[in-house]
Amino acid sequence: MPKRGSRPSPPKSSGRASSASFARRAGVLPVVVAALTLAAAVAGPAHAQELRPFTIVGDAIPEPLTGIKGDAARGRAIVVDRRKGLCLLCHSGPFPEQRFQGDLAPDLRGVGSRWSEGQLRLRLVDSRRLNPATIMPPYYSREGLIRVGRAWQGKPVLSAEQIEDVVAFLATLTEAP
Amino acid sequence: MSGLPNRKLRNAGIAGALGLGAALALAPEALPQERRSGFEFMSRESQVLQQDDTSNPGMLWVAEGEALWSARTGASGRTCADCHGDAAVSMKGVAARYPVYFAEQSRPIDLQGRINICREVNQNATPLPYESRELLALAAFIGKQSRGMPITAGDDQRLEPFRALGQELYERRQGQLNFSCANCHDDHWGRKLASSVIPQSHPTGYPLYRLEWQSVGSLQRRFRNCMVGVRAEPYPFGSPEYVNLELFLMTRARGMPLETPAIRP
Ligand code: HEC
Ligand code: HEC
Repeated sequence: MPKRGSRPSPPKSSGRASSASFARRAGVLPVVVAALTLAAAVAGPAHAQELRPFTIVGDAIPEPLTGIKGDAARGRAIVVDRRKGLCLLCHSGPFPEQRFQGDLAPDLRGVGSRWSEGQLRLRLVDSRRLNPATIMPPYYSREGLIRVGRAWQGKPVLSAEQIEDVVAFLATLTEAP
Repeated sequence: MSGLPNRKLRNAGIAGALGLGAALALAPEALPQERRSGFEFMSRESQVLQQDDTSNPGMLWVAEGEALWSARTGASGRTCADCHGDAAVSMKGVAARYPVYFAEQSRPIDLQGRINICREVNQNATPLPYESRELLALAAFIGKQSRGMPITAGDDQRLEPFRALGQELYERRQGQLNFSCANCHDDHWGRKLASSVIPQSHPTGYPLYRLEWQSVGSLQRRFRNCMVGVRAEPYPFGSPEYVNLELFLMTRARGMPLETPAIRP
């Protein structure tokens, strides 16, 4: 059965993101405008809040959310960015230049050989569909979220384009740890 | 000073003693196997900083609180000391049993709330804003009088529904990143969130000096940081949700020694 992303909601004022304290501790300079606000601006205000529909087959979303393959180099930048991808708060991986990497979640080395691109995509979009108890945040969903901060309301953590960039990058991580 | 406040104070003490019987019935369900203060997760340097009163910056707030304790305040012109005398005697063990049930308003209040009630009712002064330097100083000074004493909060059975609400909040997922407090502090304590070791969230040292803040701050400020960290909308300072959360955490930390003013990274 095809499942859709959540329905669009009226655009919300895109205020500044409140500073994320966990990210700040990692010694990253404050970013004035949230990544998502930028992404929304690029996509155009009318469709800024709309999530793309996608189809789940088994434990995967086989087709790119945007219809085209993402860019692995951009994906890497998102993964290591503690205000965009936030991945390294919890994960570690082959990022020798990144001093602080979390250990709440599996190492990302070899993730591209463990999972297909479609499987990676669903795990990013909404891991709760596979494991309701997961601590992996739903990166492209607004469903079932409670008390979302004002700056983030109505927005997914990453845009469809950013999800595709990250999927493209993770697929290149085929070297086992 | 008239004897009235003192009699009232004595009555409060008796009521507290009577409430003690309920304590054991309130043992929280989800105690971690081994409870550890945030102190244990800190670097050696930070531990030394906390233990050495001459270098612990939190002691500056304590000293300021001590000065405020004997300062004439409000239309009444009274000092805290006029009614309460020597804080080393009258305030010993007080911070360790907060939040308490405040019968007049049928709700729990935290220590800062109690201080402000005295300001309004007993000093005819305006309440101090949360996170103001004066309120933190008074709370740090009163907290210091219980340093090393075991936490006894949660004695009063009337607190139970509020403690339960606090626990529910603690276990509820929230924010854009969809984390509950328990996801980190119960399920992943000791692990690393980027550069920070996740502690068990025992509120043993508040108000405390946080190196990142370069200031003393309250437990509510810490709650706020953690909520913003998961991209949740924080509650306003002084909100009942924060008091319930504090009540849950203080009850969960019963028996652990108070460290005020502690140091944290
Ligand atoms: C994503 C993980 C995470 C979540 C979720 C989280 N925290 Fe924290 N919390 C931390 C980390 C990490 C620290 C320590 C920060 C440091 O060392 O700088 C901390 C510190 C604390 C402390 C300080 C303990 C001490 O020793 O002083 C308390 C209290 C606390 N958190 C309560 C909460 C509450 C209540 C919630 C839910 C509203 C919550 N936290 C949600 C990660 C988390
Ligand atoms: C006019 C006398 C008076 C003054 C002045 C006064 N208080 Fe009180 N305070 C009381 C009384 C009476 C109580 C007990 C109230 C009760 O029984 O519920 C109390 C209770 C308290 C408690 C709670 C003690 C406990 O065992 O729970 C704290 C803390 C406190 N006061 C702090 C202060 C501070 C700080 C100041 C100065 C800013 C102050 N008070 C000024 C009369 C006073």
